[in-house]
Amino acid sequence: MAVNDALAGTHKIVEEAQEQQGGQLVPTLNDFSQELTTLNLGPTHPATHGIFQNILQMDGERIISGVPTIGYIHRAFEKIAERRPFYQITPLTDRMNYCSSPINNIGWHLTVEKLLGVTVPKRAQYMRVIMMELARIADHLICNSILGVDTGAFTGFLYVFQEREKIYEIYEEVCGSRLTTNMGRVGGMERDFSPVAIEKLRKWLKEFPAVMKEFEAMFNRNRIFMDRVVNVGPITAEKALNYGFTGPNLRAAGVDYDVRVMNPYSSYEDFEFDIPVGTNGDTYDRFIVRNEEIWQSLRIINQALDRLPEGPFHADAPHYYLPPKQAVYKNMEALIYHFKIIMGEIDAPVGEVYQSVEGGNGELGFYLISDGGRTPYRLHFRRPCFIYYQAYSEMVVGTSLSDAIVILSSMNVIAGELDA
Amino acid sequence: MDTRVPEIKSVAAPEGIEGAGFFATSLEKVVGIARANSLWPLPFATSCCGIEFMATMGAHYDISRFGSERPSFSPRQADLLMVMGTIAKKMAPIVKQVYEQMAEPRWVLAMGACACSGGIFDSYSVLQGIDRIIPVDVYIPGCPPRPEQVLDGLMRVQDLAKNESIRRRNSPEYQALLASYNIK
Amino acid sequence: MADPTKEESTAAQETAAAQDPTAQQNAQVLALLHSLFGEATFTDVHEPYGLLTVTTKREHIHRIVAGLQQDETLKFHFLTTMCGINYPENLNQELGMIYHLHSLVHNIRVRIKIFFPLADPVVPTLTDLYAAANWMEREAYDFYGIIFTGHPNLRRILNVEDMDYHPMRKQYPVEDGTREDKTDLFFGR
Repeated sequence: MAVNDALAGTHKIVEEAQEQQGGQLVPTLNDFSQELTTLNLGPTHPATHGIFQNILQMDGERIISGVPTIGYIHRAFEKIAERRPFYQITPLTDRMNYCSSPINNIGWHLTVEKLLGVTVPKRAQYMRVIMMELARIADHLICNSILGVDTGAFTGFLYVFQEREKIYEIYEEVCGSRLTTNMGRVGGMERDFSPVAIEKLRKWLKEFPAVMKEFEAMFNRNRIFMDRVVNVGPITAEKALNYGFTGPNLRAAGVDYDVRVMNPYSSYEDFEFDIPVGTNGDTYDRFIVRNEEIWQSLRIINQALDRLPEGPFHADAPHYYLPPKQAVYKNMEALIYHFKIIMGEIDAPVGEVYQSVEGGNGELGFYLISDGGRTPYRLHFRRPCFIYYQAYSEMVVGTSLSDAIVILSSMNVIAGELDA
Repeated sequence: MDTRVPEIKSVAAPEGIEGAGFFATSLEKVVGIARANSLWPLPFATSCCGIEFMATMGAHYDISRFGSERPSFSPRQADLLMVMGTIAKKMAPIVKQVYEQMAEPRWVLAMGACACSGGIFDSYSVLQGIDRIIPVDVYIPGCPPRPEQVLDGLMRVQDLAKNESIRRRNSPEYQALLASYNIK
Repeated sequence: MADPTKEESTAAQETAAAQDPTAQQNAQVLALLHSLFGEATFTDVHEPYGLLTVTTKREHIHRIVAGLQQDETLKFHFLTTMCGINYPENLNQELGMIYHLHSLVHNIRVRIKIFFPLADPVVPTLTDLYAAANWMEREAYDFYGIIFTGHPNLRRILNVEDMDYHPMRKQYPVEDGTREDKTDLFFGR
């Protein structure tokens, strides 16, 4: 056919360019030639979820190189954190990976507890595990349903967002907010699970598996979906490790690194769960790994809820844990502690601590250097999205534009975590 | 069995003279109703407020009941620029470019504390409110605002659209407003 | 103010030090470092909260990280993170870089610090060892002005390209000094 003949000519240019550069195409901005098109993908683009820009050099439909630009939502978290006492940093952490805020909050509280030497009672640890796994499910639900939207399947998104609304209701019962939760305190949770919260949680746990099965039935063995995502954007395990991948992206490549297992925190060692691992790290593997992680998170939540121990929901640390309001209105010591903690006059020791948690995208690390003052001297966030998004420009070389969109979607790049 | 026919809410007719087979009103009112009930938003979602907008788009809150059935990512085809999330100084020229590409009549909705005034990020890299660079019609405070608040904000834009004079966009006051932002 | 990490906290440190397996692993790593590079290369060796922390000089950092990466037993194949830091009071050591490495096979973490003067903020790059170092070094350049020799693309990554200062340095405030509406009067400053 004439169309195929015309296309045959253009693809030679890719091979010629590859030969010229000695085999490996390195993305640079100097690759300008008359036959190539420059396409500006972003920063505002319907399919890029969040604002980041990629300037693509394209040979027809094939991408030769891509130069990413990020920082369009740089809010200077690390600088702001140097001016905020510990409790005022929790709302900042919310807004990093905003699809799973409780994980960020609890990770930050774990860091501060490590620095201060506060032991959290078992009940609070199990409550935290439940909220973190709910957040992980919520994050994976968004990622996978939006991957469906990018391949044209809008229905999955609508079904799954209903479930996310129910998770929001559970968040509201526990901490009062839907999305940016600011959940918990240093030393535990701010309130016990109310009977309404437990009932909502149980009801959701009963109804969600059916919706998840429906979602999987729509996608997992769907011929159209599989044609779009199988063997798209694969990455080898060695390369993924070298690029600092963590989380579902790394596990899809075959490495079973999960912070919950390697450096357990908040009683994760008490629970039995598997780590789903893929084979060749392509988009389909990332999708399936996230789906499987949702099932494993459901296992953990069920175990934690069934075995939720009795006891206090916070540590006995009046210097760091806000006293209950009734006590503040009646009791002198409670009033003083409340005042001191709100004004940020917490006695922090001098020291440095690194604590990581398994976020929705992988190892979310908090490196806190304290100089004994009311605010951290330096707080560095190890943001998984920032680190693994570097590999994107290498993953899209040689693919088509639609594949590039699908790869971006499956990597779950959240702009808040990317730029901080 | 309940045999009542459900009352379907429809748009109320404007003031006018009614008769058998005709309805006379001013063009302004008709145009206003048409505009108000078919606002196509441009979801300029940058951060967390974008996720709340996705929830508003979802089946539970359903923004398409209010006429915003088709979110348009092309500024040429959108009526309402919904800026949702923090706008950093790096992003500001792009917001302005997108705004300039929109055709009149266009409205701007600043959703969330960051778009209204910079939010909790009083830092060197964050634009302290998008009204520094483009004129804003409705502000929705919140961090992030609940979907009900977003719908309330949309309804305020609908009120603006319904009651706007059709000569407003050519009036000297509006031109002066645009000139004060350096928008041609 | 001297380097604050020289002082320790009390109870938390002791519980961390009492974890024998971690202490043993840290001793193993330290022994390897000493045997490969000599004891004098490392100063200020301590284990805050169980994480082996050493300070060294920027001339050695590339060899040290390469040695840890290529060691057949320990296999530090993962660069967790790297970040810059600014201690304005430490004369001739105002800027620093802190690297966190992780051996996934043995679950050992190590933290390496280097310090260098503000007037000469040059450090060798690690992009040839870890591809992950690329953007992390750009971030350190953007925030602190640390120049990485051998970096393929050292330009600003998060801030606007034409910014003329390095904002994370302690001398600069968080807020944008040119904004007119939020005067310090209203904020009690």
